[in-house]
Amino acid sequence: MYGVLVWAWTRSAAQYPVSLVLLGVGSAVVTGLDALAIVIVFTGADRLGGFTAAEVLFLYATAALAFQASDALLGNTELLSRHVREGTFDTMMTRPVSPLVQIATERFNPRRPIRIVLPAVLLALVLPRLDVPWTPGRAAVVAVMVVSGTAIFCGIWVLAASVQFVLMESHGATKSLTYGGGFLTQYPLSLFARDFVRGVTFVVPLAFVNWQPALYVLDRPDPLGLPGPARFASPAVAVVTCAAAALAWRTGLRRYRSTGN
Amino acid sequence: MSVHPWVAWYAFRRHTAYPLGAFTEGLTNTVFGLLRAYILIAVWAERPSLGGYDVTDAVTFCFLTQALLGAVQVFGGMDLTARIRTGDVAIDLYRPVGLLGWWLADDVGRALATLLLRAGPPLLTGAIIFDLRAPSPARAAAFAAAFALAVLVSFALRYLVALAMFWLSDDQGVQMISLVLTLFFSGMVLPLVVFPGALGTAAGWLPWSALIQVPADVYLGKRDVAGALAFQAAWAAALLAAAHLVTRAARHRLVVQGG
Repeated sequence: MYGVLVWAWTRSAAQYPVSLVLLGVGSAVVTGLDALAIVIVFTGADRLGGFTAAEVLFLYATAALAFQASDALLGNTELLSRHVREGTFDTMMTRPVSPLVQIATERFNPRRPIRIVLPAVLLALVLPRLDVPWTPGRAAVVAVMVVSGTAIFCGIWVLAASVQFVLMESHGATKSLTYGGGFLTQYPLSLFARDFVRGVTFVVPLAFVNWQPALYVLDRPDPLGLPGPARFASPAVAVVTCAAAALAWRTGLRRYRSTGN
Repeated sequence: MSVHPWVAWYAFRRHTAYPLGAFTEGLTNTVFGLLRAYILIAVWAERPSLGGYDVTDAVTFCFLTQALLGAVQVFGGMDLTARIRTGDVAIDLYRPVGLLGWWLADDVGRALATLLLRAGPPLLTGAIIFDLRAPSPARAAAFAAAFALAVLVSFALRYLVALAMFWLSDDQGVQMISLVLTLFFSGMVLPLVVFPGALGTAAGWLPWSALIQVPADVYLGKRDVAGALAFQAAWAAALLAAAHLVTRAARHRLVVQGG
């Protein structure tokens, strides 16, 4: 069903071809701006917080890949409160398709999946430049971290949307979790204050998107001193996050009261 | 009395109607301010006097950016776009005041409301956690003028993007390109002083630098005030003149389509 709706919205977007092309190009470029910022920073400095350019770009690419993939899949759920306010969510409830699928695919535009191209290319370019001995274990961790990172971000999108069932005005603030999380994970967490890192490890599991597995791949010590197994905990954390998100969404849906349109 | 002050006043009222929503946006600005500040601190730890800024300048710049970006609307957009799509713009064109002036007044109201509601949280938090630079009264006055000119430039750029609707019927593409240019060349992603060589020089001459980099430089005392304001005023005048010409062309276009 998700696929059918995505295709329908894609055809609809194709009615404005100039816009479609500009949007595609623009979207691909805009995700690259953060990467460009990293490159510019490294034209002046050799290292950032002890990390080399290749290492930071590796973090950027894995974070951006996971974030953009999750954004393409479920990022649209952030519009929930608008649908509730305008009463269009009631329409969705009457249709025989999950409201989550409907809201996620609404106004789907091919520019959304296009955004993962740049981080993916960058990841492919940066992997051989990392100064680590490549073992099957490392390669597997890289693949697993992208998948589990995407799942963690998907969970965060849905959790943030579920809050909107209760607090209509929360969208402005939950953006710091979703977009903020997407931005934060692009950099080594060791740059940030220690309590802050604790928060994004234990409260919101952003550290497991790419930081913890990357510590294993890059063979670095953990500034928080977490035990070794934490490096491989990402899939488990992803499952827990998604379960919590599913529970929150169902609870929110049950509590939902129409605004009376 | 002219109608424009009233347009601005009602826009101000409209944009202050949901203070909680604006406040939550301010929270997100604060979080991004903190994240970017830590990154800039790490950069300046490597290069203590990069681009003529010291680390306090860089952190102040960062929170100033977060305080301003709502008011100069770095992420783009204008209500006019939707009115062109639905055809409501025909009503706007009926009015005995020009389209450009009407929407400029509307945007001034919006910018003031947004500044009032969203600049506080990032600046306060930044000042509590880090050491921010405070301007002298003269600097503060110069900064207020630079901010006003930044709003004018921001409006003119977004108005031109919105009017592209008359020709393209869908503005998202142009909006996207404009977003890329604005984010990168305003100083929002990185202070422009960090840009190397020719890229830095070019970025400094483009209109987007008038949105954030120039006001921030005025605030930090990194730039001659008269020169900075003249630079902003020149771009504002050029872009508003272009907006005026495009408005005329768009009016013809709409009539040809048959309204």
